[in-house]
Amino acid sequence: MQYLLALYLDESGWTTMTKEQQEQGTAAYMAYTEALKAAGALKNSNRLQPSASATTMRTKNGKTQILDGPFADSKEQLAGYYLIDVPDLDAAIAWAGRCPAVGHGIVEVRAIWAM
Amino acid sequence: MNEDQGGAQARSTADAVARRSYGKLVAFLAARTRKVDMAEDALAEAFAAALTDWPQKGCPANPEAWLLTVARRKFLDVVRSQRREIASDEMESIAEGLVAAESSSKFPDQRLGLMFACAHPAIDAAIRAPLMLQAVLGFDAARIASAFLIAPVTMSQRLVRAKQKIRLAGIPLRIPEPEELRDRLETVLDAIYAAFSEGWIDASGTDVARRELAAEAIYLCRLVTELLPDEPEAMGLLALMLFAESRRHARRDAQGEYVPMAAQPVEQWNASMIHEAEALLLRASGYTLIGRYQLEAAIQSAHVARRITARPNWNEVVQLYDALLAFSPTPVVAINRALAIAQRDNPAAGFAALEEVAADARLTEYQPWWAARADLLARTGKPEQARHAYDIAIGLERDESVRRFLEKRQTALAR
Repeated sequence: MQYLLALYLDESGWTTMTKEQQEQGTAAYMAYTEALKAAGALKNSNRLQPSASATTMRTKNGKTQILDGPFADSKEQLAGYYLIDVPDLDAAIAWAGRCPAVGHGIVEVRAIWAM
Repeated sequence: MNEDQGGAQARSTADAVARRSYGKLVAFLAARTRKVDMAEDALAEAFAAALTDWPQKGCPANPEAWLLTVARRKFLDVVRSQRREIASDEMESIAEGLVAAESSSKFPDQRLGLMFACAHPAIDAAIRAPLMLQAVLGFDAARIASAFLIAPVTMSQRLVRAKQKIRLAGIPLRIPEPEELRDRLETVLDAIYAAFSEGWIDASGTDVARRELAAEAIYLCRLVTELLPDEPEAMGLLALMLFAESRRHARRDAQGEYVPMAAQPVEQWNASMIHEAEALLLRASGYTLIGRYQLEAAIQSAHVARRITARPNWNEVVQLYDALLAFSPTPVVAINRALAIAQRDNPAAGFAALEEVAADARLTEYQPWWAARADLLARTGKPEQARHAYDIAIGLERDESVRRFLEKRQTALAR
């Protein structure tokens, strides 16, 4: 089964980190990505630009609105994702638990709707 | 044999198979696909088919295999009709798996895997016990709802949602890997104990759904100890439930009045259950891996020691509560510990121990807290405060005979 691990993080954390800390943080994610690749579980992964760069669209009274900013106005924002292919939820949870984001944010595990 | 006799025999055979094999059949059908709901539907259709087929053609030599064959066909029909939702390679693996299993005379017992799925941490804790009762034992939603005091429609919706979660989120029906087995077993045992506790409430024994619930919880726990024979906490829980169950009838006298444990005649306790519980506890202790359920069972064991020594071993009871408090620091444990201290030392010491947890806001609606307070206040010469505490305890109690018991105690207070 395929699962999306959606990473929700407090973006203000990144900007207050020293360059060294940022490098360390990036290295942890790189290592995690490598481990997923080595296990043959990684389908795709990406880091997103800060949520301030997001644009939201919806239709209101039949008119399409384009708004600046992310959909949810919360401290933690969608910051990146991993798309993985593993046998079941337990395996997905095991990988989510190893994700560095668990240490400083939230990881949501969602099964992909198989077509 | 006339048709009526044949019908009656078919029905009783079907009932017997349902009782013995329901969970095994559901677990087996759902094991690869995680489609617990579809497995249940297919099996229900197979049972219905049996009731029309068996009276005419006679009961098959292997009713379980007959039901599995029919259920498998129905299951595949449903799966095929939902082709769009299910990938074709997955469908093939379902079909292959079911055919392979059918050709062997014995199919594997995967009920434990099903139980682990029902009590998975990703399933809402409140629905784990009901889900297990339905999927493993075949209880219908209305019966579970009445035992858990929840509206049948609500219960039914929650069960459907939980089964959908198993399927859509890909929760596996299997025994977890050794490194996570102990943690995961805890949620299974907790769900079993939750079912037992619901069944334990009905002391008067008039509510059939509830009485059966306690027996079924014991059955489920036995199943766990048989399929996972080296888990001391599973033995501990089974022992704990057997100790409690041994006193079921002693909780009421011939007039239906509530009898507290200290006043129960020991001859009314079920000796064979107590013996079995003691043996389980002893066996569990051999693993030197202590846990909550073993401690609670050990406390029960110290209580029933009065069968032999005429009085409970209060010193041991207090020590065990101290240990239990470290494992599960809940108000319930703290209250029982305070009452044990009152017995071992004196009521004032017990009251002091009770005061240690008084700040917990959850206690304001917790009947045992007010009852314990009332008792200890009465015994430390504070009848006015005791009267007030009894009022609240009585107001919070839902069992009529316990209310009467508390009212008697309240009336007996010094003016």
